[in-house]
Amino acid sequence: MDTQLKLDKKIKDARSRKFMKAVVKYKALLIMMIPCSIILFINSYLPLFGLIIAFKNINYKDGIFRSPWSGLENFRFLFSTDAAWRITRNTIAYNLVFIFVGMVISVAIAIALNEIRNRYLKKCYQTLVILPNFLSMVVVAYIVYSFLNPEQGYMNTTILKKMNITPIKWYDEPIYWPYILILTKLWHSVGYGSIIYIATLTGIDSQLYEAAIIDGASKWQQTKYITIPSLSGMMIISIVLALGNIIKGDFGLFFQVPMSSGLLYGVTDVVDTYVYRALITLQDIGMASAAGFYQSVVGLIMVVIANLIVRKIDKEQALF
Amino acid sequence: MKKYEVNAVSKTAEIIINGGFILFSLACVLPLLLVVSVSFTSESAIMDFGYSFIPKEFSLDAYDFLFSDSEVIFRAYGVTIFVTIVGSLISIISMTLYAYPLSREDFPFKSFFNVYLLITLLFSGGLVASYMVNVTILGLKNTVWALIVPSLGGGFSIFVIRTYFKKNIPSELIEAAVIDGAGEFRTFVQIILPVVQPIIASMLLFSIFGYWNNWTNSLYYISTPKLYTLQHLMQQAMLNLNFIRQSFSDNLSAMENFMKLLPEQSVRMAMVVVGVGPIVAAYPFFQKYFIQGLTEGSVKG
Repeated sequence: MDTQLKLDKKIKDARSRKFMKAVVKYKALLIMMIPCSIILFINSYLPLFGLIIAFKNINYKDGIFRSPWSGLENFRFLFSTDAAWRITRNTIAYNLVFIFVGMVISVAIAIALNEIRNRYLKKCYQTLVILPNFLSMVVVAYIVYSFLNPEQGYMNTTILKKMNITPIKWYDEPIYWPYILILTKLWHSVGYGSIIYIATLTGIDSQLYEAAIIDGASKWQQTKYITIPSLSGMMIISIVLALGNIIKGDFGLFFQVPMSSGLLYGVTDVVDTYVYRALITLQDIGMASAAGFYQSVVGLIMVVIANLIVRKIDKEQALF
Repeated sequence: MKKYEVNAVSKTAEIIINGGFILFSLACVLPLLLVVSVSFTSESAIMDFGYSFIPKEFSLDAYDFLFSDSEVIFRAYGVTIFVTIVGSLISIISMTLYAYPLSREDFPFKSFFNVYLLITLLFSGGLVASYMVNVTILGLKNTVWALIVPSLGGGFSIFVIRTYFKKNIPSELIEAAVIDGAGEFRTFVQIILPVVQPIIASMLLFSIFGYWNNWTNSLYYISTPKLYTLQHLMQQAMLNLNFIRQSFSDNLSAMENFMKLLPEQSVRMAMVVVGVGPIVAAYPFFQKYFIQGLTEGSVKG
């Protein structure tokens, strides 16, 4: 027994010696990693401890750790309102439309752009269709406003006037907003989304097309049987990864573009805008943190599932 | 070359595709031009005819007003530029330094730091927790760091950089440097960095655009006018019609006659033009780096 203990100790010593040796040998690399490790700790790990706020009756005076516990009170509060259902439905439904419609348009752009032979024109088109993505949502909100402003906006003063339709108070009418938001989001993101497919297209082996031409395949048949199947792997992976983020609303889009118009909340409120309003405007930290916690948990589950699926399809693309 | 001509789409199809792209490109650019046009239109023409793509009555009143006492605008420019430069430099340096050891096959602590990074991608504390940490623990509220710290780093970018390192640095290169007796830091700076310049340029540009366009940090944490960024000015002017009157009150008292004729509509749009002008003008020149960064990111190792 004594010898066993000694042996254990020896193994342990040897291990820690090996560890220390590795630390010394690679100290330069370890030092390199310090700054980013600290940043990740501050920006990601500390807030994880902050998740306990959802189970507390928090106040600024006592801070995160000394505020009294409240159990599931915050969650009971959140799910007793119809807000919980509304924000979940809006977030998921909008994201589904963004993901699928966005992908179809992005792929179409990529395929069409690939057919343009004039390199100068090609570059020109690509630059212009990606441009909206580099405008912040604040600027996008201004652009939408310049069309929809009820008094001076281009829609009411020019387009609707020409069509003899009475002006519409856009920011008071929820029925138009699903379309406005979807259009805005697609405008902002489809060009950018096509980049990845354009890159995949340039990687397709040209022999495939040559063989198809010899077999007498038309351009349309080539697209259907060679191009789209070649893109399908990337398409599936993009969809799955996006589904992993389905509970995260585009805060900028839903917060800036409808200009916080209360009349529109029914169709514009997503989890992220709700959390923001509860936290900053209503100062209801409990409710905000419960909604945030709910989002974090659903988000984690979705990402893990998404990754499992991606792993099955293409191990290279999986995150873990 | 001949091959392409054989496989080219028909003339009609070519015209349709080009036509489609011309329309789509216009749809991407014209809305922005509407904003620009309004900023150059006189207030009375806006009131009479609404916004239009060609100014009915050209006027520089909005810009005269914005720059008449330019402190507010120049201050916001200063804050934005400072935050953009400092933020993206800290970001790119720390990310690259973290990614390099991760790419080294011989680094024994690789899996630990991989998991440490991965966790940040999987678990998120969310807005409330981050807000409480930044306000109560770090005390960032109304400091310039509130505009920088929350956007530092980024797990996904680090993985992208790491993958690029893995693909482009043969281990012989590092071994050779070690044999020559170069230390890790010297190897990194003199041998590794020149090889991986393209991905660093891409990520740096993403970071620069990210900081310039960021409006959330300022929305959450900033309430003192001296720390307003350009994005903050824009969004406040949008949400609150009186914002321009309040923040430019110095201009107003100095120019009594403007008091009655504040060109509110065009000033707001002029603010957008002043705020995004540099970014939109710079973007076409850097486009290829963005595309490169995205394409590299799509193929992970």
